Amino acid sequence: MIPELGHFALIVALLLALTQAVLPLIGAQRGNLTLMSVARPAAQGQFVFAALAFGCLAYSFMVNDFTVENVARNSFSQLPEVYRLTATWGSHEGSLLLWVLILGFWTTAVSVFSRHLPDDMVARVLGVMGIISVGFLAFLLTTSNPFDRLLPAPIDGRDMNPLLQDWGMIIHPPMLYMGYVGFAVAFAFAIAALLSGRLDAAWARWSRPWTTVAWAFLTLGIALGSWWAYRELGWGGWWFWDPTENASFMPWIAGTALIHSLAVTEKRGAFKAWTVLLALTAFSLSLLGTFLVRSGVLSSVHAFATDPARGAFILGFLVLVIGGSLVLYAWRAPKMLSGGGFTWFSREALLLGNNVVLLAALGAVLLGTLYPLLIDALGMGKISVGPPYFNAVFVPLMAPALFLMGVGPLARWKEASLPDMVSRLKWALVISVATGILLPLTLDGFKPWAVFGFAMSMWILLTVLIGFRERLKNGARWSSLTRSFWGMQLAHLGMAVGVAGITVVANYQEERDVRMNIGDHTELAGYTFTFQGTTEHEGPNYRAARGTVEVGKNGKKLYELHPEKRIYNASGMPMTEASIQPALFDDIYVALGEPLDEAATIWAVRVFHKPFINWLWLGALLMVIGGFLAAADRRYRIAVKAPAPTGAAAQGA
Amino acid sequence: MKRWIPLILFLVLVGFFAKGLFLNPREVPSPFIGKAAPDFSLPVVGDANATFSPADMKGKVWVMNVWAPWCVSCRQEHGLLMALEQSGTVPIVGLNWKDKQREAEQLLARQGDPYFAVPDDLSGKVGIDYGVTGTPETYVIDQAGIVRMKHVGPISPDIWKDKFVPKLKELGV
Repeated sequence: MIPELGHFALIVALLLALTQAVLPLIGAQRGNLTLMSVARPAAQGQFVFAALAFGCLAYSFMVNDFTVENVARNSFSQLPEVYRLTATWGSHEGSLLLWVLILGFWTTAVSVFSRHLPDDMVARVLGVMGIISVGFLAFLLTTSNPFDRLLPAPIDGRDMNPLLQDWGMIIHPPMLYMGYVGFAVAFAFAIAALLSGRLDAAWARWSRPWTTVAWAFLTLGIALGSWWAYRELGWGGWWFWDPTENASFMPWIAGTALIHSLAVTEKRGAFKAWTVLLALTAFSLSLLGTFLVRSGVLSSVHAFATDPARGAFILGFLVLVIGGSLVLYAWRAPKMLSGGGFTWFSREALLLGNNVVLLAALGAVLLGTLYPLLIDALGMGKISVGPPYFNAVFVPLMAPALFLMGVGPLARWKEASLPDMVSRLKWALVISVATGILLPLTLDGFKPWAVFGFAMSMWILLTVLIGFRERLKNGARWSSLTRSFWGMQLAHLGMAVGVAGITVVANYQEERDVRMNIGDHTELAGYTFTFQGTTEHEGPNYRAARGTVEVGKNGKKLYELHPEKRIYNASGMPMTEASIQPALFDDIYVALGEPLDEAATIWAVRVFHKPFINWLWLGALLMVIGGFLAAADRRYRIAVKAPAPTGAAAQGA
Repeated sequence: MKRWIPLILFLVLVGFFAKGLFLNPREVPSPFIGKAAPDFSLPVVGDANATFSPADMKGKVWVMNVWAPWCVSCRQEHGLLMALEQSGTVPIVGLNWKDKQREAEQLLARQGDPYFAVPDDLSGKVGIDYGVTGTPETYVIDQAGIVRMKHVGPISPDIWKDKFVPKLKELGV
């Protein structure tokens, strides 16, 4: 009964989304207020029914209703409750339902926080979001119904993929989708602006906080994904340049470029066409990511459902949404007049330079991700593109990006003076270069990439500090600094922290694969690891061999780690559960390999020393906080209180 | 013209995606299919004086299973291989790949030996000649010594029935 209710709720949501997509757009075109006013209630109703459907699915998972195929395939009676809940979005169908739910959430948020916007703008934005909802709801109902029954029911489920049974995975997908889907708001604003011809500073100001919040969520989602991979895959790696990871990273790069370009459009009225194109690109890449992950055109370590019928549907939808928006762009582009001029050396120019570098990096990642597909489609063979390509192309592109990141915020709009900038920044430059050269000397081994990384990290840190100092010197008080300034500074500082972390862990981590019998010990980075054998351990839905490794330093015992080798009951899938002792300056990471003898007393053990790895996630967290702070800036709220212009159809350009 | 560039680029990509939908990125064809199985001569596990070479199998259809005692997923297919050996359908040669701990003989004595012969590829060089990417991998080689099929990963009864049996029938087994 409950699954049927969920199915029915989905159908109602689709009908409401259709209403939301069609009527307000027609209304906005004709200047009909009645039709336009359908947008808000339809959007909110759609969200309510999507939430109801989601609740029904979650309920089916919680009560182990194995008559629902989706539950039978992705859950298990012994699965702990919290994972039964997250299994709701662990499957292909469930994750799409989460997509729809979150899109509904964003749509509702726009409908609530848009009192100050002209009615036609609201109608168009919600209408465009409605079109996207229609696409995804139709996709769910026609190819991926999460409520399909399976009769007769199996006695038990097939269990959730053990890799996903980790608490990083509980929050990673919702956060990632909040980011992915959040770019739909920026996309809808851009389309609405193209439709109405009102591409102005006000448009940039409206879409800015939405874009920044989406970007912050995406940052958090990616960071959580990386943290999950580090903890759960058992290899100590935190980024694999896997197609699935790239699928989330590409919208992030485009989104980063977009929030900077939006700043210029808002403050100076420049780069309009470019900003619009970026807004279209960021969301298009989110959709593309969904297509790549869900259609199976690329092989990935994260193998999800793959089905050509589903792929064909998403591809058709991509053509409609992205193709349609690009046609609209090409048609409207000549009408976009660029605002304020600027010289080659100004904040605008520096931000544009940074945008170009970011897009080049984006192009490199896109090419590397799609290259196997392109080669295969051309019948030129099967290849895969691995981390060496991405590192070789991406890392050098980050050099100008990080350098410009330091200069941009300190340069004047319109026209900056080069001699003035040089005199303000010369000490920062000297100190950064000196840090880059000297710091690696204090660590073991001089590595060229470490020089680069440390110098860049120090450069960003110093320029952030200079930013504060100059503001304060010019009469600002700490309390009078705007949230948007704090947000930018924190996000940039986060980058400095993250770059420092990546630099240290990539250049100075140590690892050792050893064969260990009970009582054997090995040394790594000054720590002593003593293997004390394994014991049998019974988990809720798995059995494990749990090892005990004593970690000591200078002859003193510090703590014990308990890496596990698990066999999951339902799937029989073996899993390596690493044991990690995290700390601000280094992580100790121990993973069990395979037993090397029949009695399982001798094991292959992997030990890692991961210095500064947590700085990476700390940096990402600073960026997230910075993003939320910037979006909470006062001026966006003052705008809310300003009298709302009504009947804007008449005011439209 | 400039304003149409994003659309054109996108449409080119769509073309590739449409084609990509009908390709399977996981199916990696071995370049050896239809070519002569690379020759080798290796000592045999359990008999210090004997050697094995693909030339010994001329005139027979046979299966080469690349395995190793340290390979966990090889244990999954061990039972099936034992059953096949008892049924006597086709000789299975077990290339013992990179067995650095020298455990193969012991393991086969204890668990049962499904193999017609176990050539000992300690250095892994023969594996490289065959393009082995990991264990287990299984090759079907025909009477003339031509590689006819390659399977990556453990063989389940279903895979044997759906993939191997038709191929062997085609070759007259």
